[in-house]
Amino acid sequence: MQKILDTLLIGISQGSIYALMSLALVLVWRSTRVVNFAQAGQAVLSTYVGFEIASRTGNFWISLIFAVIAGALIGAAVDVLLMRVLFKHATSGPALVVAPVIATLGLLGLIRSIVGLVWGGEYRSIPAPASKDGFTFGTTTIPFSPLNSVIVAAVALVLIAISILFTRTNLGLALRASAYAPEIARLAGVRTSQTRTIGWAIAGGVGGVAGMLITSYNFLSPYSLDLLLVFGFIAAVVGGLESMVGAVVGAMILGIGLTFILNYVNTSLTFVSGFVVLIIVLLVKPDGLIGSRKGRRA
Amino acid sequence: MRKRLLFLFIFGWILLLIGDRVDELRVYQGATLAMYTIGLASIVLLTGYSGQVSLGNGALMAVGGYSAALTLSNFSVPVWVAFLVAIAAASIFGAILGYAAARLSGPYLAGTTLALAVGMPALANQFEFLGGEQGIIFDIGMPPARFGDEFTLYKWYFWIAALTALIALYFTSNVLYSRFGRTWRAVRGNALAAELAGVNAGRTKVLAFTVSSALAGLAGAVLAMTISLVSPSAFSLALSFSLVTGAVLAGISSLPGVMLGAVILVAIPEIADVVAHRLGDSENVTTYLPSLIVSVLLILSVIFTPNGPGENLRKHRKKHA
Repeated sequence: MQKILDTLLIGISQGSIYALMSLALVLVWRSTRVVNFAQAGQAVLSTYVGFEIASRTGNFWISLIFAVIAGALIGAAVDVLLMRVLFKHATSGPALVVAPVIATLGLLGLIRSIVGLVWGGEYRSIPAPASKDGFTFGTTTIPFSPLNSVIVAAVALVLIAISILFTRTNLGLALRASAYAPEIARLAGVRTSQTRTIGWAIAGGVGGVAGMLITSYNFLSPYSLDLLLVFGFIAAVVGGLESMVGAVVGAMILGIGLTFILNYVNTSLTFVSGFVVLIIVLLVKPDGLIGSRKGRRA
Repeated sequence: MRKRLLFLFIFGWILLLIGDRVDELRVYQGATLAMYTIGLASIVLLTGYSGQVSLGNGALMAVGGYSAALTLSNFSVPVWVAFLVAIAAASIFGAILGYAAARLSGPYLAGTTLALAVGMPALANQFEFLGGEQGIIFDIGMPPARFGDEFTLYKWYFWIAALTALIALYFTSNVLYSRFGRTWRAVRGNALAAELAGVNAGRTKVLAFTVSSALAGLAGAVLAMTISLVSPSAFSLALSFSLVTGAVLAGISSLPGVMLGAVILVAIPEIADVVAHRLGDSENVTTYLPSLIVSVLLILSVIFTPNGPGENLRKHRKKHA
């Protein structure tokens, strides 16, 4: 019983980080119809900015703020410098459909090699905002640590902030409108291309948070967020790729499920199980567990 | 059909003559070039002709490379048997994956294959019989004695790789000009119209994915031969990146272009070496410069010549005609 509870808590902590990445992917997908594989690269670069700040100040929270700002700026820059240019040049032909996907892949490679050129490949770490030793109740120590609870709380805060932004503000309305019906939104006076850039910036910032939180208990290298991208993508697909609630729910299911497999079956099966989940969802319920029917087209 | 066969024959003969007259490094690069040619043909067939995107061909190459290596190290068979095993293993894997892939459109398939490319090297690390980080030795033995003492091991690799690539290209071009190739293009152009004309779009896509995987598996086995080993780092994400870049540079739907793409892929590390030397040979520069060049080329070519340089040339001519 104790072990089940432990596993569940760790799973929630894992899932909440996946949730940020999958949310970032969904935000971009909704507004641009591009699955942004460069998200892992953007997050790595923002986390390195955070790492630089952390090595000067030693404070996690200050560096987190800088990482988020860096992430947002990078996100906006990607939209303005790459995506707008790409869509302007988009012609017909066999490559039209695949061009955005390949461009984001190229960007992922580009950012990772720039990070490698600047910081090198050695493993870095940033100071954790809370202790990594599990809570102790009397004589038993559980694996769930203060750090895990900080992570869960931080993610919950980000999610609340985003849902307030999307449901209660004019900007949120504009963001939803230009994702749902860009043409009509534009006619109604929304500056859709600007709004889209803001969407990319928000996604970039969220990715920065994910990178910083995962690095607080792990190491940082140019490739350290690759698996986060994969799990974030799987979570987004489980959630239907279209819905932000779906992205979070999908991430929680994936995080908890994978942690149970890790603890009860075999460590080496984590990736395989994640991949199997992806294939099964795609085969059985390609629109995601809570996605809308028309989600997969486009 | 005859003409193509004759062309490949002459081309192969020229290759052999060149192979005799250049130094060891060039011969090794020739073998790598042949490997990339097969790998790029696999992507061009899939993306250019069938309209599906695979970012994970490095993973399919790993399936081929590892199965060939396991065959060679456990049974004493000639190298072509190992190649056939690689083709078979990768086709089976590709058919299963293709069944899922056929139902997926663009970003889903891209994401799934990317996930595969990220995870596959890590997977090889975790199972003992796959040799872990060190990998498995891929030893095809010395070249036959009748070629003489001058005949080096790399030249032997080059001969095998070049012959394999020529056969693979011949096979691919035949498939593309056959009924299958036509239905693939029909489905890519307009799936609904193709279905109305009696084409089973789903089955067509699965078949394209399977054939493409078979080619990737073969490329993986050739790669394993040229570097004499299979290991997780040989089939890294960077390999998948390079293949996609090469295919886009080659013109995503141009089979003759794959050789140009392969030449560029072979040239990049060499150019990067020269530049890194100029920049003072720091470790960071030598490690990350090649991937930087690959990524920049990929981004530029996908923006400016998404359908390959050939298309731009044709447009340019039209404008000035």
